[in-house]
Amino acid sequence: MSAAKQYALVPGAFVPVPTLRPSRAAAVDDVPALTTGFPAGRMFRSELRLMFGRRRNQAALAVLAAVPIVIAVAVRWSGPRGGGEGPAFLSLVNGNGLFVALAALTVALPLFLPLAISTTAADAIAGEASLGTLRYLLTVPVSRTRLLLTKFAAVITYTFVGVLVIAVAGVAIGLLLFGAGPAALLSGTPVGFGEAVLRLGMVCVYLTLCLVALAAVGLFVSTLTEQPIGATIAVVATAITSQVLGAVPQLEVIHPFLLTNYWTDFGELLRDPISYGALVPGLVSALIWTAVSASAAWARFGSKDVTS
Amino acid sequence: MTAPAVERPHRRSPDADAHAVTTVGLTKQFRGGQVAVDHVDLAVPTGAVYGFLGPNGSGKTTTIRMLLGLTRPTAGTHRLLGGRMPEDAATLLPRVGALVEGPAFHPHLSGLDNLRRLDAVDRTADPTTSRARIGAALDRVGLTPAGRKKYRVYSLGMRQRLGLAAALLRPRELFVLDEPTNGLDPQGTREVRTLIAELAAAGTTVMLSTHLLAEVEQVCTHVGVMNSGRLVAQAPLAELRAGTATRVEVETDRPVDAIATMQRLELPDVVVQGRRVGAALGELPSDRVVAALVYDGVPVQGFRVVVPDLESVFVGLTGEGFDVSG
Repeated sequence: MSAAKQYALVPGAFVPVPTLRPSRAAAVDDVPALTTGFPAGRMFRSELRLMFGRRRNQAALAVLAAVPIVIAVAVRWSGPRGGGEGPAFLSLVNGNGLFVALAALTVALPLFLPLAISTTAADAIAGEASLGTLRYLLTVPVSRTRLLLTKFAAVITYTFVGVLVIAVAGVAIGLLLFGAGPAALLSGTPVGFGEAVLRLGMVCVYLTLCLVALAAVGLFVSTLTEQPIGATIAVVATAITSQVLGAVPQLEVIHPFLLTNYWTDFGELLRDPISYGALVPGLVSALIWTAVSASAAWARFGSKDVTS
Repeated sequence: MTAPAVERPHRRSPDADAHAVTTVGLTKQFRGGQVAVDHVDLAVPTGAVYGFLGPNGSGKTTTIRMLLGLTRPTAGTHRLLGGRMPEDAATLLPRVGALVEGPAFHPHLSGLDNLRRLDAVDRTADPTTSRARIGAALDRVGLTPAGRKKYRVYSLGMRQRLGLAAALLRPRELFVLDEPTNGLDPQGTREVRTLIAELAAAGTTVMLSTHLLAEVEQVCTHVGVMNSGRLVAQAPLAELRAGTATRVEVETDRPVDAIATMQRLELPDVVVQGRRVGAALGELPSDRVVAALVYDGVPVQGFRVVVPDLESVFVGLTGEGFDVSG
């Protein structure tokens, strides 16, 4: 049947039925050869733009930055209360601005940091699934492993930035309100400003590694559902449950297996000399939680039917 | 009722060059046991505009999801552009533009930024031509003026256009478009049909899932019809039409005499309804029927030739009506 006849068959048509013709040549000419030799990292940068461009994530970072500011202002204008009340390091704030950062990290660790990280981690796959953009990413195509790795890398970045925001805001407001007086470590050894900043940096790295384990749990939960809010709640609940169980002395036998058990060990970095051995259990725990959760996420997502 | 493709299924091993999409026994059974797609053997010829039709819930979208590697078939195999799926997805899918179950983008990004993101995640896309390609794609769907507006404020038609722009980000050899005119106004619908015709004229294969028969009549060269998870027909459009006989219908005071005349002419499938008598025309020219009726003294008060329309073909195949409002 010729094209003309087909056209005639369709009297109402205003679009001519195109001639069916062998088109290999045209197609091959038009479509450039596939190359994967382009510089890597475009997707990761796009992911970071997406993550840090979201108002919600910016607001979370702003809240984290507010924590040390609130603490510093409160301490500056009300003066330190006596006794062992309040979070660790709070009594030391008045002596040295750097302790504002440490006090703020301690305050943010149980809830604010896990909340911010859970939101972004849980959003990784579930967020794209709920928008429907997941199916378009996969048909671009982006391999599922690459998508998961990029998302995880972005969440790890966000985690580090979150911790760093508290530390930097803490140092800034601390220096502003209290100055850089002589810093004494928990063991009583005085250290210089440079050494103190270095110790604070090490605390940030340790906490990031601990929180990455939570992010990995979030990534896994994110592959289970198409509801980012539900996934966020599940991850925050995991962190809180872990802390509650960790506070019950009768459950001591399970404490080493809890996600949050070693998070507060960062105090070891403020002794002189640093007992690195005391940090090992926390790092091993974080590594195991990360490896198991990330593997589970990969296994789950790799075989998942995307029906959103 | 005849169903051409059921009588002549495409069992022959389809040549990779000749077909852009082939499936063999493609099946999807969901965990609940429901079989959404049941041993479907698709053969979309290269260069065709293939109308993939079927009532809602007939398995079209599930089939498309399997074709693109989004869901895993429980049985069967399929090939795209001659390559195996899902094994070769990384090299095949960049050559395929897809619109699956409506557009989906990040609402807080502009249309432009959404396209930038899709281009950025494509490892095979050249970053140095990204800006030009995105601009051209927006231009082609008429969305350039709204490119910097947030996707959140787009109308359904604009969203659909952005989805098409994403599929057009680079030259493709195959487009898989699921309901591409959904939500578009008549002007937009016409533009999309023109676009599809242009793509086809350039030699690109288009697989078009739709439930609008007007769309099929106007742009498609080939048709596959799904019903309850099965492919009940697959043929060139003209062939499918030919499968249904043209009928004649006469209106008269003396239907009994009219029946006698039609039987004398050996017309098959004679039916009577009140004053109207109808029959399949077969090979006979319609004017011979009128002449015979008049010769036999049957008062002909009305006479018409009923050319089968696509809708009746599909209703016959699927047992269900289609939305023909488009």
